[in-house]
Amino acid sequence: MQIKEVINSLNLNLLTHTGDMQMEVTGGYASDLLSNVMGQAEPGMVWVTMQGHQNVAAVASLIGLAAVIVAGGAPVEEDTLKKADANNINIAATDLPAYVVAGQLYALGITNGK
Amino acid sequence: MTEAKSVKMSYDVAGGDFDRAGEASANIKRMLQKIGIPADIVRRVAIGTYEAEMNVLIHAGGGTVNAEIFTDHTVINISDHGPGIPDIKLAMQEGWSTAPDYIRQMGFGAGMGLPNMMKCSDKFDIQSKIGEGTSITMEFNHISEDL
Repeated sequence: MQIKEVINSLNLNLLTHTGDMQMEVTGGYASDLLSNVMGQAEPGMVWVTMQGHQNVAAVASLIGLAAVIVAGGAPVEEDTLKKADANNINIAATDLPAYVVAGQLYALGITNGK
Repeated sequence: MTEAKSVKMSYDVAGGDFDRAGEASANIKRMLQKIGIPADIVRRVAIGTYEAEMNVLIHAGGGTVNAEIFTDHTVINISDHGPGIPDIKLAMQEGWSTAPDYIRQMGFGAGMGLPNMMKCSDKFDIQSKIGEGTSITMEFNHISEDL
């Protein structure tokens, strides 16, 4: 499934403009600990988090994630979006809690990819 | 004796500068991609370097990242003149961290950085002296596990 379909299906608010919307989603990961994400998430995954600061964009870019989903209505800093757009990273936001987002991703058939 | 050809890169990491955090690792990543190093190796180098960069930024008030890319491997050295690590064995334990609260709120400081660096590199060395600083060297072979 392409990231575009995931964003549409979950009715997420896409905040960035330069990311690859055709990227195939390989799985999902949920965590607010950045080192944990770097150690466990794999390229093409969607990452569900409550963190909205700019290091989120850096981590997503280093791993090659399909998108970051900032859940629970958590604020996303302007610098985060700038950094994401500079690195062609998709960031989408939702008011849904992280748990619900993960459940909806699973219902779409996006598992943890392992 | 002829020396092996290599590409050298060097970056200063400023203490507490979260705006520029990850610049060194991102630039090294781009260079490795340009050279054509397999994607999974590039990712491991980038993650290891980023973790080290963040450590220097958070704990040491700044330092230097040096990368040397050879044909068959990459060497990353990160050194600082920070406070040093009193007990390296303890610092290497997953979950051990001395990061302040505001760093933890950003999702860092979970005590995973050093273990992550060791896991993602093929060779890992850490030297630290109290009051003098810390130096970490990571080596990455360019042999892909994806092949």
